[in-house]
Amino acid sequence: MTHMTYEAVIGLEVHAQLLTRTKIFCPCSTRFGAPPNTNTCPVCLGLPGALPVLNREVVVMAVKAALAFNCRVNPLSIFARKNYFYPDLPKGYQISQFDKPLAEFGHLDLEEDGRPHRVAIKRVHLEEDAGKSIHDGFADSDRYSYIDLNRSGTPLIEIVSEPEIYSPAQAHDYLTRLKVILEYLQVCDGNMEEGSLRCDANVSIRPAGSPTLGTKTELKNLNSFRFLQKALEYEIGRQTRLLQQGGTVTQETRLWSTTEQRTFPMRSKEEAHDYRYFPEPDLPPLVVDTDWQGEIRAGMPELPEEKKQRFVAEYAIPAYDAGVLTTTRALADFFEETATRSGNPKAASNWIMGDLLRDLKEFNLDIESSPISPVQLAELIGCIDSKEVSGKMAKDIFEAMFREKKPARQVIREKGLKQITDPDAIKTVIEDVLVANPKIHEQYKGGKKATLGFFVGQVMKATRGQANPRLVNELLRARLDG
Amino acid sequence: MKIDGARVDYIANLAQLAVTEEERRELIGQMNSILDYVEQLNRLDTSGIEPTTQVVHTTEQNYSWRADQPRSGFSQEQSLGNGPATGSGHFKVPKVISEK
Repeated sequence: MTHMTYEAVIGLEVHAQLLTRTKIFCPCSTRFGAPPNTNTCPVCLGLPGALPVLNREVVVMAVKAALAFNCRVNPLSIFARKNYFYPDLPKGYQISQFDKPLAEFGHLDLEEDGRPHRVAIKRVHLEEDAGKSIHDGFADSDRYSYIDLNRSGTPLIEIVSEPEIYSPAQAHDYLTRLKVILEYLQVCDGNMEEGSLRCDANVSIRPAGSPTLGTKTELKNLNSFRFLQKALEYEIGRQTRLLQQGGTVTQETRLWSTTEQRTFPMRSKEEAHDYRYFPEPDLPPLVVDTDWQGEIRAGMPELPEEKKQRFVAEYAIPAYDAGVLTTTRALADFFEETATRSGNPKAASNWIMGDLLRDLKEFNLDIESSPISPVQLAELIGCIDSKEVSGKMAKDIFEAMFREKKPARQVIREKGLKQITDPDAIKTVIEDVLVANPKIHEQYKGGKKATLGFFVGQVMKATRGQANPRLVNELLRARLDG
Repeated sequence: MKIDGARVDYIANLAQLAVTEEERRELIGQMNSILDYVEQLNRLDTSGIEPTTQVVHTTEQNYSWRADQPRSGFSQEQSLGNGPATGSGHFKVPKVISEK
């Protein structure tokens, strides 16, 4: 008997905390890491009579994200109350958006094995975050949950994809691109560990090629890229085994456990999922007219894909390199400054993609804290281009610059690494090498021209790699053949 | 929609309210009379009439915006002041989640 093959269908719901200084409906700070319950006021504690007032910057950031995800921004959107009881939700409802969200009908383009894959984005809407429940780590955590309401009222956008993602790898790619775009826009810092970017996944499987969707489960607690992929792999496997054994998938919410490397059903005392959404009476409809949209669009930076295309066109570097160099805005800026200052984009790209990224990785640093600045890297490239140092010497100079945090010229001076371009100095070394190797010299004279390479090597060795290799070649040929 | 006993129980459960048999009977009557009252609207032709869930007409210019300027609010003591149980700077509530 052959087993039926199944394909996975995944939809992602991403919550991104916006980088505003204050909360969405009150002037409390959104700063992460403050002592618990100190960034609070009557509004975010849900005290009776307190009224929400919308932070304008929240709308600006959310519209930027919506436009970057190619959405249509609704000129009029409505805030709605989502009603449920949970201890970290002091009002008993979350202000969100329901049937009239901020933006709809967007998409995000992925690429797999060089082939494009477009994932439709259903909606982008505004909402407030809940507080934080802490279920363990306290002496009486077996009996109590602890609540910190600093996060209550932090602005979020929820970005909902259509179920058009078909593998854990694609889900990873989708989330990566989404994160990079939010970072480029500087509307979210994308920190999954701190919870400023959170991801839930709806997963189902169906017989390969079937047009109908199977029963889905919702996966929560996917707070890193690795967990997302692992949890999806596990869940797809679990559902496949269930169906192959003649069982059925139950629609439920499941949590990913890192310690056990599996998903399990979440049991919570949160009652029935009937949120009884209704329009929020305390906030007027949100108007984002075309003028304002245009104004916001004009203030948007270049996005990763556009930047990549421009790098290819403007600096004549391969698309692959341009892709790597635009993975973060900081890295792209680093490249661009180095390329412009050195006037040698290809060399800038090679140094950054090779030596610099390797060393940064080794020392666990990000590009923002690189010990070598674009100015310094451009200077090193200048030294190579002016033949002051050879490419091989430059590698050693680079290492010294990185480890000792010194500019190129200082390293060159201190280590006496300057390239030898004086023909007379090289000629002297050539004579020494010939005298030291009479047999091979005879072989050359006898017609074994391939021994030239040996002599070049010996001269380079005698000069500790500092002789200009082209000059060595030229002078050796002249001396041997002349 | 007609409200019956099961409906009242369902709503009471969502609202986390305990309802006595007497209250339940009373609520069936009250809720039905509210729905009947609102039902009158269905006899009118409201096509072409803008919803007035919110009656304030807003534009970007006259919207009541708040600038993104932080202002300090409550101290930790003030925040926790109304909490029936607190500890280590947090509100304490009976365990709400079991992962197994």
